[in-house]
Amino acid sequence: MSDITAEQVRHLASLARIALTPEETEKLAGELAVIIDSIAKVSEVATPEVPATSHPIPLSNVFRPDVVGETLTQEQALSGAPERRDGRFVVSAILGEEQ
Amino acid sequence: MSAASGPGATGLIALSAAELAERLSAGEVSSVEATRAHLERIEAVEPDVHAFLHVSSAALETAAAIDARRSAGEQLGPLAGVPVAIKDVLCTVDMPSTAGSRMLEGWIPPYDATVVRRLRDAGLVPIGKTNMDEFAMGSSTEYSAFGPTRNPWDLERIPGGSGGGSAAAVAAFEVPLALGSDTGGSIRQPAAVTGSVGVKPTYGGVSRYGAIALASSLDQVGPVSRTVLDAALLHDVIGGHDPRDSTSLTDEWPSFAAAAREGASAGSLAGLRVGVVEQLNGTGFQPGVRARFDETLELIAAAGAEIVEVSAPSFDYAIAAYYLILPAEASSNLAKFDSVRFGLRVTPPGGGTVEDVMAATREAGFGPEVKRRIILGTYALSAGYYDAYYGSAQKVRTLIQRDFAQAFERADVLVSPAAPTTAFRFGEKLADPLAMYLNDVTTIPANLAGVPGMGLPMGLADEDGLPTGIQAMAPAREDARLYRFGATLEALLEASWGRSLLSQAPALGSGLGSGLGSGPGSGPGSGPGSGRGGAR
Repeated sequence: MSDITAEQVRHLASLARIALTPEETEKLAGELAVIIDSIAKVSEVATPEVPATSHPIPLSNVFRPDVVGETLTQEQALSGAPERRDGRFVVSAILGEEQ
Repeated sequence: MSAASGPGATGLIALSAAELAERLSAGEVSSVEATRAHLERIEAVEPDVHAFLHVSSAALETAAAIDARRSAGEQLGPLAGVPVAIKDVLCTVDMPSTAGSRMLEGWIPPYDATVVRRLRDAGLVPIGKTNMDEFAMGSSTEYSAFGPTRNPWDLERIPGGSGGGSAAAVAAFEVPLALGSDTGGSIRQPAAVTGSVGVKPTYGGVSRYGAIALASSLDQVGPVSRTVLDAALLHDVIGGHDPRDSTSLTDEWPSFAAAAREGASAGSLAGLRVGVVEQLNGTGFQPGVRARFDETLELIAAAGAEIVEVSAPSFDYAIAAYYLILPAEASSNLAKFDSVRFGLRVTPPGGGTVEDVMAATREAGFGPEVKRRIILGTYALSAGYYDAYYGSAQKVRTLIQRDFAQAFERADVLVSPAAPTTAFRFGEKLADPLAMYLNDVTTIPANLAGVPGMGLPMGLADEDGLPTGIQAMAPAREDARLYRFGATLEALLEASWGRSLLSQAPALGSGLGSGLGSGPGSGPGSGPGSGRGGAR
């Protein structure tokens, strides 16, 4: 059984910016251990000589002409914002008090 | 390919899209009449089915505009005037687009997805947005933040997922056509458990611009319908290169509708090599699924095809690879929900930094499966684990592609059951995420390799009287082959049953059901054992 601790889940959640409750953290630790146990078997066949595939259909360097195309207006771009002011997105303080 | 008319579905709503389009084009019926009939059906059965998250208030107006253009003598596309439903993962400027999440509740995008634009340009009538597992993560639609969709065959059971809303909407005759998206089976598995048809096109065959991304190397938009021809007609409308999607293929595609028509009239599969993949041959699946699959193989052989056994040993690692690649890509794609540009914002008590607001928003806005997969993906991409997990999963992907390549040297199409079981009951797999993941065992390989796959009905299981589906897969870019084969097989199956599968679905909208608690035995012809007669 993979050992996933609540502490690890807390760290992952902070990386993923999700403020999990203690109950969720505990539950996820157990669930992730089971899931990771079952998916870890990929390493059984992933030998060094096998190349990785990141994309199912090979494509590379898709270029387009560098010209001005259709874009959203400022109003459209802001239309879904939870908070806006003076034609801009409002963001909470970037720095905490300790900084 | 006859119209599938269920006991509760008669008149215009019972027609296939192709039949409806013919009548529209002949002037025998107007788009307003057709749209109104479907809106009435939606009103009647939605309390039972809950396939829709939003029903368009502009549908009749759109239909009237199409009628006016037709009366003015304008040449319209083959599906002009036909209503269509749109999975809520696709952006629509005139309807909320939530992807089944609280995070995007009420959000109206500033642009249409390319496929939606193409529907509008072709004169189809968008009738509403369909329910789905949150951000397309799930196999049952139970993870929708707005309540589950119920299977029209049995209201106590799931309609599959993530596109359970689109599949249930067409199976309940609320609409003849719908759009879905398929990352690991979200079009094909719902088709299997609702008795409908669904196609995951070749990766890159249909634009994903404006599709809210789950896993970008796997996602593909595709058609959902009641017949193979209808799926092909819809695919013809939405497919083809889109410069706004950098993964969109520049290929010229043949007419899929022509391929389906050719297949339907062929009546024979002579000369075709149909491969059965040893790893997906139904061993260990629900007995009724296995039985219908074996019978369907006999039917395929009797129609002149050569059945060949192929082996794809790396398919045994497909689910494991998928549940590393998908969460990794999803954790990155869903980082955009940052409480700043769109969607929910939750400020923690006493305020906080942008980081605190983001974390509180994502805690409140994401449901349990989304959180689980984001955390799993973050883990898989962490320093120290990346090579063992994500790196290995990408190598498995190479092995799966090689297995497909070898299989397609010996077979023109590959077949398997489209899902290992019939529709399961609500709650059955919620406590065990792994059990839910295993439901996609037969559909995931096609996504990992980018090849097209189709799900279509192959009869009812003896033990529960519920639909089973067969999956057909073809090499990348050979979608037309899939439509030709699918249409022939559909015609052979329906000839053997004497009617369509969906014509045997229980009646809906009788007022008996309004909600959970109604289920087997609540309505005429519903429940275990009913409708077993023809479709086996």
